[in-house]
Amino acid sequence: MASVDALIQGLESVGYIASRRIATALYMAVHLQKPILVEGSAGVGKTELALSTATLLGLPLIRMQCYEGLDESKALYEWKYGKQLLYTQILKDRMGEALSDAPDMDAAMERLHGMGDLFFSEPFLEPRPLMMALREDAGCVLLIDEIDKSDEAFEAFLLEVLSAYQVSVPELGVIKAKTPPVVFLTSNNVRDLGDALKRRCLHLHIPLPEAALERRIVSSRVPGIEAELVAQLVSFVQSLRTLDLRKSPSISETVDWARALILLNADSLDGDVVRDSLNVLLKFEQDISAVEPQIAEIIRKPLA
Amino acid sequence: MQAALEDFFRALRASDVRVSPAEAIDAHRTVATVGFDDRELFKDALCATLAKTADEVDRFDRTFDTFFTREAFSATAPPTDRDPLQDLPPEAEQSDLARMLLSGDASGLAQAMEQAAERAQVSQIRLSTQRSRLTRKLLEEMGLSEIERIIASARKLDEPKGQAAGERLDAARAGLAKQAAAYVERQHELFASESGRNLREELLARKALNSDGGIDPVDLAMMQALVKRMAKRLADRYSRRRHVAWTGHLDVRRTLRRSMGYGGMPFDIIFKTKKIDKPSIVAICDVSKSVAAAAQFLLTFLYALNEVVDRLEAFAFSGRMISVNELLDEHKIETAILEVLKKIGFQQTDYGRSLEDFCDQHLDQLDRHTTVIFLGDARSNYADPRLDLLATIQKRSRALIWLNPEPQSYWGQGDSVMHRYERYCHVAKPCNTLAQLERIIEDVLRTYVPH
Repeated sequence: MASVDALIQGLESVGYIASRRIATALYMAVHLQKPILVEGSAGVGKTELALSTATLLGLPLIRMQCYEGLDESKALYEWKYGKQLLYTQILKDRMGEALSDAPDMDAAMERLHGMGDLFFSEPFLEPRPLMMALREDAGCVLLIDEIDKSDEAFEAFLLEVLSAYQVSVPELGVIKAKTPPVVFLTSNNVRDLGDALKRRCLHLHIPLPEAALERRIVSSRVPGIEAELVAQLVSFVQSLRTLDLRKSPSISETVDWARALILLNADSLDGDVVRDSLNVLLKFEQDISAVEPQIAEIIRKPLA
Repeated sequence: MQAALEDFFRALRASDVRVSPAEAIDAHRTVATVGFDDRELFKDALCATLAKTADEVDRFDRTFDTFFTREAFSATAPPTDRDPLQDLPPEAEQSDLARMLLSGDASGLAQAMEQAAERAQVSQIRLSTQRSRLTRKLLEEMGLSEIERIIASARKLDEPKGQAAGERLDAARAGLAKQAAAYVERQHELFASESGRNLREELLARKALNSDGGIDPVDLAMMQALVKRMAKRLADRYSRRRHVAWTGHLDVRRTLRRSMGYGGMPFDIIFKTKKIDKPSIVAICDVSKSVAAAAQFLLTFLYALNEVVDRLEAFAFSGRMISVNELLDEHKIETAILEVLKKIGFQQTDYGRSLEDFCDQHLDQLDRHTTVIFLGDARSNYADPRLDLLATIQKRSRALIWLNPEPQSYWGQGDSVMHRYERYCHVAKPCNTLAQLERIIEDVLRTYVPH
């Protein structure tokens, strides 16, 4: 974490090939202790960045997947209702015994206050991902995945966690992180996020990679693949991206495809192999049928 | 550097990257962390702090490059290594600017220009017409009048050497003026170009769409971008799910849960909340000859709305009515509009037949949640307007809104049956500019989406 270059190398050593912009954003996030909002189309390595960072820093990763209807009780904490119920019953049984020797009502009340209120206390707290992240004393990497899928109310609720690294539990008070976690939020742009949330985050947009970077990513993710094949398949994918497709293949698809080609024992691209494995790369029937007639041409004419 | 950063923030704001004071503080912290040595690092770090969307990143990159680029001063080097001011009249000895100009001190000149620009407040430029005045002011702040005096007195000198030195100074002065103009031009580009575009967009939004000749082809691209932004803004605001307290219905489960803290005594009563539907819209668009000029724009709006509203059913008609949902979904905007017009456009309008078509085939799409928006001039070529069918539509839907590209004074004249249709509409309004359209649609969404 000493410099951006060191960070690029560190990430590479755990298998993540980062562009300079990615590394700079991460460097700033760690040094300014700000969450980092990662945007980009599906499969460009948003989640992977968080996982690699956790490995690099040697910190535990706590992941929270967002979805519509996610609320406080699933994201932050919940009371263990069953245990609380049991506790009240035990309390009731013991109450008479404990208070029997009190001379009058006032003394009994006095003693009751003295017993301490265990009902809303940490042992009855069921921590959820956000709370767990704040209670990791050595720090951790918190990944809030697909924040755009959650409701707006939840977004507002995140603000306190993200700006001060603390949460308020009405019954207990404020719980503050000893070491602020490194927070990643990822978004697919299903909806626009609120300005308040964006303001608290550093912003990182991961675009589809250029050919050279993609070649390095494939070689690092699929060990043992021949450089010749990598060059061919990356150039094929890059030219696919220039076509007008419903879903352009992203990095994860390229990597999957490279693995598929290894499985099929292909050492170079030819029409048949591509046709058979095209469904790894393209996820829509229309896209596949649009690309199929052009396969030979795309292979023959590599992108400049 | 503080002032430079502040100016940079202002340039960013001018090009539509929002920089709040809090972000400005973050940016200062960023700069303190990374320093200025590595230009790439400095840029990327600032970018991560300030730009919050992919579009903003693009604009940030552009602004950064323009802002932190300084053309190297190309001052001519002195011919010999003797004192450059030697041949000039004695008052030249006093002038720093003359010395810098003649000795070719590029960095000194650049610095002097920055300082003068600050004094002349060049970065406050707003309009393109201010450019020449600010250039002049910038040069004066740098000490131009002094140079001019020196040149004048050098020309009066007897010896040819002194006059030649005067000419050299004059040439250097001309070069300096050119550079000052370029400097002001760049500041204008940074701080004011966006406001000119905003003005043009504003005028466009207020331009009548069915005016002669319709929309200028030059403006079409800007228009489409504008419509798209409008539709997105509307959809952003109104497609959100709202939670409404529905007092009267007790949420038993949550109340019981909450009451456990009090030994089962329900101190906190919790009521159910109800989710409100996103608006569901049926839009019916006239694409006949009489509204040809407006039809293209109405379709553009429909297209944009279709991209952002989840439940939009779109229909187009002139002689008959067809559903255009698929066309809008499958094609890009230009081709989609052409396809619709090719398929059905520019025929004789027949409102009665089109309503019949709608009621025969698509009436089941209307329910009490649906808002129907009609876009058309209600000129039915004297055919039967079939008011009964419109009444059916009104009865089945939550609201029926008619937007007419003609001004209200034309309604009911000639073959227009607008006044007769109007009776069945919840809202009937003239609408022939983008600004009007946005206001009306906003009203629609606000009034008819229950709170």
